[in-house]
Amino acid sequence: MSERLERGIEALRGQIDSKVDTFFSSCVHCGICAESCLFYTETEDPRYTPIYKTEPLRKVWKEEHTFWGKFSKKLGFSKSLTEDDLANWEELVYDGCTSCGRCSMVCPVGIDIADMIYRVKQGLEASGYSPQDLVGAADRTVEFGSPMGDLHPALQSHIKHIEADTGLTVPIDVEGADYMTTISANEVVLYPEYIAALTRIFHHAGVSWTISSEAFEATNAGLQLGDNKIATELVGRIAKAAEKLKVKAVVSPECGHAYAAIRWNGPNYLGKSYSFKVVHILELLDDLYREGRIKTSGMESAKLTFHDPCQLVRRGGVDAQPRELLGTVAENVIEMKDHGKMNWCCGGGGGVSAIERAADLRITVFNRKKSQLDGLDVKTMVTACSNCRTVLEDGLEANDMDIEVVGLTELIADHLVDDKAKPAAKTA
Amino acid sequence: MLEYIIDGPLWYFSLAVFVIGVLWKLGSIIFAKRKADFSVARGSSVPGAIRTVLTRFIPDKGMFSEIKLQVFAGYSFHLGLFALVFFAAPHVKFFDEHMLGFSWVTMPHWAFIVAAQFAFLGLLLLWLHRMINPVSRLISTASDHVTTILTFVVMLTGCLALLESFSGLRLLHRFSVELFLIIFPFSSLMHAFTFVPSRALTGAWFGRRGIKS
Repeated sequence: MSERLERGIEALRGQIDSKVDTFFSSCVHCGICAESCLFYTETEDPRYTPIYKTEPLRKVWKEEHTFWGKFSKKLGFSKSLTEDDLANWEELVYDGCTSCGRCSMVCPVGIDIADMIYRVKQGLEASGYSPQDLVGAADRTVEFGSPMGDLHPALQSHIKHIEADTGLTVPIDVEGADYMTTISANEVVLYPEYIAALTRIFHHAGVSWTISSEAFEATNAGLQLGDNKIATELVGRIAKAAEKLKVKAVVSPECGHAYAAIRWNGPNYLGKSYSFKVVHILELLDDLYREGRIKTSGMESAKLTFHDPCQLVRRGGVDAQPRELLGTVAENVIEMKDHGKMNWCCGGGGGVSAIERAADLRITVFNRKKSQLDGLDVKTMVTACSNCRTVLEDGLEANDMDIEVVGLTELIADHLVDDKAKPAAKTA
Repeated sequence: MLEYIIDGPLWYFSLAVFVIGVLWKLGSIIFAKRKADFSVARGSSVPGAIRTVLTRFIPDKGMFSEIKLQVFAGYSFHLGLFALVFFAAPHVKFFDEHMLGFSWVTMPHWAFIVAAQFAFLGLLLLWLHRMINPVSRLISTASDHVTTILTFVVMLTGCLALLESFSGLRLLHRFSVELFLIIFPFSSLMHAFTFVPSRALTGAWFGRRGIKS
């Protein structure tokens, strides 16, 4: 047995608990999960069947936890996990799964298949069969703070412009602030208007907030890679910064997996509860709105629709706030046929958008989102995840679809009442 | 001799394997040490668990057109088999005389035939689907086929034994049932019991996050 295979099996073995045993014992291989997965429905390649992606884990489970598996292994005719299996499953698990969790919602015997696939990632990563793009992103985050490298200069530059445009101060490292907001690399590099929107909204609502210069990156590349050690390190940095600044809460930005990492997984990575709350930006905006601290005026009258980020809505539980907030600034929201907790994934979450070789596959599976949009006759799609935004924009462009993708937080900011901080529109 | 073994020791052995195997498996699930979840819950696990155990009986509306065969054939088979096992007169008589000491209302003969047709139709359609559909073909294991064949043999021998005109047919049915009971705890047939904790675990996970699953 090669060292890589040994490491992979050891890692997979560590992932098998009573939950995994219960799930594999219950699976009757009905194939219903396939119809919930856009990687299968848009390619018709049965290898993308969600439960099939868990095959490496199942092989180890069968051999070590079932009567027939142990029996056949002793007699030498067991179909053990091989290194070829790990190599072959890398593409299925990393390129062909965004952990969207739609499969977990439809399995007749209730298997949380998305969770199982995440466990397979642990084994693949340990054996060295994970995409170099994600390994690089994780390494850069550990070394420089962000998957795209050291983003301090870019962030500082954006902050300078925001302060110049709005006349407001973006508070950095303020001890005792109520909220420490984190930002995803995507927002810093591609959508800095999100940071501007936050600045204006927090000023408008009188929110005491800050950004930590030591830990502003929300993206958890360890989670995407399936490396719990790195995931723990990255969450630990945010927790340490929050404790150092003595903030009451950490705000997770418009990024689904970042929310999953800090809100749900983080305390379990660290093995203890936080001394601070964690809220998604939409949860905070919704609370502020209900308290009367955010006042908006005017409504978007054109038809628009909302794309539900999977890790935020279906897996994260923030399902009511997006639409309640959207309803305060838009009067003509048209829902996609499958919306809310059963909306279809953008096709690029969980690290898939960072894998260059998966680009064509991503565009192919975007056909599912395209079919949701066809016939809706909308020119705007609102969402609350910067990664979804990038992926949706790529898909729309590839299909020559004239639909603008807008972030919900920015939309709220654009409708603030008496927003003297709003930059004037540039005229020719 | 054969009759003695099948009606005697093999019956007790198969029953013991079945009962111990099922209890062992369920016990290992129920009494398993669970890791603490240090995240702050938004909703409740227990209501979430109960909800998912019940609601997963109803297929997702949006996907229904794609999974019609699995749904109809699946329910046809399971409901038909349930009716046969627990409400067919010969079975109820067996439970009364050999196991429980009491009986209950049984279905009329015509209902027995209808239930059997549904059970056979469902099983055969599901098996055909398993062999023809590319997804099912890829993910099915040897255990899936063996248990399907065994279930079919149990049902077929049951029908053959129905008229009780030849004791050999009754013995064949009983023997196939005993084989079924022995294999049950070591196969995917265990889903008949483990689907409950499986749904509950996922329902609890979602319930904690405030999501109705």
